[in-house]
Amino acid sequence: MIRSTVLNAAAAEGPVLALEEPLSFWGAFDPQTGIILDVHHPQRGACLKGTILLMRETRGSGSAPGAIAEAIRLGTAPAAIILSLADINLAIGADVAETLYGRACAILSVTPDELATLMRAARLRITAEGEITVETV
Amino acid sequence: MSLVLDDRSRSLLDGASGQAMQLAMRLVVKAASIMGAERLRPVSFAHLDACFYTGQAHVDFIRYLLDNGASLAVPTWTNNGVVSLADPELRPSTEDPQTVSGAAELMRLYARLGCSPTWTCAPYQHAGGPKFGDHIAVGESNAVSYYNSVVGARTNKYGDYLDVACALTGLAPDAGLHRDENRKATLHVDCTALPEAWRATDVFAHLIGHHTGRLSGRRVPVISGLPPSAGKDALKAISSAVASSGGVELWHGAGVTPEAPDLASVFIGTEVHRVTPEDLAHAHRDLSTAQDGPLDAVALGTPHFSLSEFGMLVSLLDGRKIRRGLPFLVSTSRVVRALAAEKGWIAALEKSGVEIPVDVCTYYSPRVRGLTGRIMTNAAKWAYYAPGMLNVEVAFGSLKECVESAVRGEVWRDPDLWTSQ
Repeated sequence: MIRSTVLNAAAAEGPVLALEEPLSFWGAFDPQTGIILDVHHPQRGACLKGTILLMRETRGSGSAPGAIAEAIRLGTAPAAIILSLADINLAIGADVAETLYGRACAILSVTPDELATLMRAARLRITAEGEITVETV
Repeated sequence: MSLVLDDRSRSLLDGASGQAMQLAMRLVVKAASIMGAERLRPVSFAHLDACFYTGQAHVDFIRYLLDNGASLAVPTWTNNGVVSLADPELRPSTEDPQTVSGAAELMRLYARLGCSPTWTCAPYQHAGGPKFGDHIAVGESNAVSYYNSVVGARTNKYGDYLDVACALTGLAPDAGLHRDENRKATLHVDCTALPEAWRATDVFAHLIGHHTGRLSGRRVPVISGLPPSAGKDALKAISSAVASSGGVELWHGAGVTPEAPDLASVFIGTEVHRVTPEDLAHAHRDLSTAQDGPLDAVALGTPHFSLSEFGMLVSLLDGRKIRRGLPFLVSTSRVVRALAAEKGWIAALEKSGVEIPVDVCTYYSPRVRGLTGRIMTNAAKWAYYAPGMLNVEVAFGSLKECVESAVRGEVWRDPDLWTSQ
């Protein structure tokens, strides 16, 4: 079990999607479908919906919180996002979406070593307190 | 140390001023906690990105605020929108009516909140904005980069909702780039070995910005070897490019930007990258998804075109006509368009076949979304994002190459530019 830093609290479980490169949620991601659009991203075409999304950090334009909030509203968002560099934009977007719609998306941060460990898992389970466990299928 | 709040902040957080201000305060406190701030600090200005429509959530957010007693604490300007309020004909009803009406409604709601309706991603080109040393709250990534680096004001990248929360409370976390110790460079991008004539070209600013963003990630870089003559347009180009290919919110230009009188005064790291002509050629390939060939449109003004850029465009076009039927779009703000109109430049450009939309984003307006095929731009940021967002291929080039290509109807490359590398 890994105890993460909770940026936005929610219980979640789902399949791991580990991104090789940082992702910008605006311009590089489509909230309507949950799919990565960025032609520069090695995982273009991957769908984030319902996944436990793992990546080192986010990057790009200032519209990421709106994009994640919209994805949460539409149900195309990841169930949780785990980063090794804490991200305020995602935490704020998830908080606002929860205020407006009552739907939660966990945003967590862990150490780079912990992230590397989690990236090798197939499924993860997350508690509202930020405890992450590997699910055995 | 944990965050200490004063009486006013605690009162807002407790909901004494209504649910809107309570939400705003909660968002600022959440951000401060994540950043490890020990206190909040006053800001004197805000530039909002949340007025840029990305979906219904944005409209729901500002409605929630207006319905629950929100009021602005500081002068607040607005980023560009998805549609133009000044030019309603730029909103064809055939194109995604839900987005078009949602985007216009969103902009009207932010005006109702009391924002100055600047509708620009380059607010630093307007008079009356923040000055050196001011603490501010800005959302748009290129404006964050420009205000921090070129103006010497201080802001973190306050994305959607947090930007509004800072404007409502007049507060920001005392952390990140608000603090001296985080404004030093840990990465040195050394351009001094490149030919001097090449460093003075407009295309160089975009390419070195793109390359530096790639190298930097979220770190603060210092670029040496920028020409002392580098003007605001070049500094804008670098600011927007480093914030697109990387997550750079502050960069320094040794001897050029206000906090970097020289390299030694800002560089506290050991990592040095010596830029070669091959690096810039690589950046150019990175930004050009299209082969050269017949041209379908030109898109300029990312970030919004400045008055001096309009001057250069008029002089490069020199009264010639754009090839018939070829869209040539130059995005800017209503304030800059009015200034250019006073000089007679807008009339001259329109006579040549140039369209000059205001209020709108250069790669998200319905007009731009109608473009397909091979599009030319002089902006690294447009070149970086457009292929993923629009059904286009991009040919990146200098302003002169864009103009000559538009007149000819096919991509033209400046032999002087690409052989002098």
